[in-house]
Amino acid sequence: MNLVLLIGVGVLFGTGTYLLLQRTLTRIVLGLALLGHGVNVLLLLAGGPAGSPPLIGETAATVPYADPLPQAMALTAIVITFGIMAFLLALAYRSWTLTHDDEVEDDVEDRRIARTRARDEDHIEPDALEADPEDHP
Amino acid sequence: MNSVVVLPVVLPLAGAAVSLLAWRSVRLQQVIAVVLVAVSLALTVLLLLEAWRDGPVAVTLGGWPGSFGITLVADTLAALLLAISLLTILAVLVFAIGQPRADKGAFYFHPLYLVLTGGVSAVFLTSDLFNLFVAIEIMLSASYVLITIGGGKAQVRSGMTYVVINLLASTLLVTAVALIYAATGSLNMADVAERLTVLDPTLVSALGALLLVALGIKAAIFPLFFWLPDAYPTAPVAVTAVFAGLLTKVGVYAIIRTQTLMFPSDGVSTLLMWFAGLTMVVGVLGAIAQDDMKRILSFHIVSQIGYMLFGLSLFSVAGISAAVLFVTHQIPVKAALFLVNGLVEERRGTAALHRLGGLLRRAPLTAGLFGLAALSLAGIPPTSGFVGKLALVQAGLSAEAWTITGISLGVSVLTLLSMTKIWAGAFWGKEPEDDEVTDRRPPRTMTLAAGGLVAVTVAIAIGAQPLWELSVHAAEGLLDPAAYRAVMGR
Repeated sequence: MNLVLLIGVGVLFGTGTYLLLQRTLTRIVLGLALLGHGVNVLLLLAGGPAGSPPLIGETAATVPYADPLPQAMALTAIVITFGIMAFLLALAYRSWTLTHDDEVEDDVEDRRIARTRARDEDHIEPDALEADPEDHP
Repeated sequence: MNSVVVLPVVLPLAGAAVSLLAWRSVRLQQVIAVVLVAVSLALTVLLLLEAWRDGPVAVTLGGWPGSFGITLVADTLAALLLAISLLTILAVLVFAIGQPRADKGAFYFHPLYLVLTGGVSAVFLTSDLFNLFVAIEIMLSASYVLITIGGGKAQVRSGMTYVVINLLASTLLVTAVALIYAATGSLNMADVAERLTVLDPTLVSALGALLLVALGIKAAIFPLFFWLPDAYPTAPVAVTAVFAGLLTKVGVYAIIRTQTLMFPSDGVSTLLMWFAGLTMVVGVLGAIAQDDMKRILSFHIVSQIGYMLFGLSLFSVAGISAAVLFVTHQIPVKAALFLVNGLVEERRGTAALHRLGGLLRRAPLTAGLFGLAALSLAGIPPTSGFVGKLALVQAGLSAEAWTITGISLGVSVLTLLSMTKIWAGAFWGKEPEDDEVTDRRPPRTMTLAAGGLVAVTVAIAIGAQPLWELSVHAAEGLLDPAAYRAVMGR
């Protein structure tokens, strides 16, 4: 039981990381969602095996109580991830309306400075740099 | 007295709610924000005095015993850094109020700013690992909205990077917390520290490393800093100033707290020291290449984080005291530099150095404020930066860490070089003949706020002796956490 869940956590982390490394915003968001789910399952696993409900006054239990703390933590984490994910989606939508593109852009100013450096050092024609293939894939 | 500890967290958060209800009157929101931040600051100073005289002040929420409930603790370190942070938050708030721009007057700015304040207070005061994560999230979720306020194209682009990176770091942080809980069965930091001592050292190092990576992204240490110079410069000036002053330092605080309390090193930590050196060098080299004031200053945030890490990596009272003193000086200095940058931007409408020039004659006061803060950042006597760097260098020399001490001195020279670049580009030289460049006089409130913050840095230089004693007290408390554990019921 635990091993299955652990493998599940591994798969969630793996696929999440893969999606996070893509350049498309929607995939990044999906990747973060998967990572978040992986962590929540991990939190649940951190509490040890299942047991009786941890209620005050519940004396008839034959098996030990389940640890209630990880459940509380997982709930908190879910709420936080949910909120930020909603914000992230709103931001992605805003980005789409502004640029009509779903791709994460480079740091524009950094690109400009790197280009100036290259021009200073290698005396490359400015025109050749305008057609930088990385800028227009 | 003990229950006062919750107020710096509760007051701003409650204020944010009230402030939202008062959304029709921005003026009322401004009054609420200023009053609550000022009251929190006063209470924190009281807590600092109490912690300094009688040891850490703690309160356990909900009356649960120490290892089950969430404890808030104000020891000298937390109270000192929180006090200086709240002072900076107050100055930036006054600056933002003075700024004559529509987007800063929007009804959601002040509630968000108060949520950010509450989050920062909670990070400093908490002594529970999961609560640390929640506090960081409160702070960050406010910062996500603040960094994209206005929703311009550049802001959305860089805000996206910022949110994604921080969300990833938070995920790593929860993973670390979950694994630590699985290994020790506790979240109370003092409790965890005790239980980790009996575990396999390899496992403990792995947990410590994971936590360091998660917090390292937030603190922007090498090689995890790349998001910062991209994200910060696009936000409104007041927002960038408060982020530059606080957010990364909150990460550094969390690193110092967790690494000393739960994962202490016997002697000098070579790994941390390498990261510290690389952070300093890469940050300052990045800064030298830039042409925009905001971007130069953003790279310096990274570079200065290296100094704090250098102090921590020595794991001696002298090293950690120096790191604490350095953080105390960095918070107001960094924010002050960004506020001065805001004054320049308000006047000229740009912060690109090739479009500035001749400001020394036009705005001698702004130039003077920048000069003082810049010298402090570079560490030239008699400024506050000199005091902090002197303490670090002395600690480095007494630990016989020659290389890193040499690097830190070299980086200071390079810092001065890039500050000279701003000075020569913006304040000296001819006025630009560009028609688009404006000459608006910034409102007095803005200059007053920036000047006040620069005055704080001067005060740090003058009051270096008592501050140094406080830092030593804080460092001793970190390296021998008996008192800290005692108040948490352990």
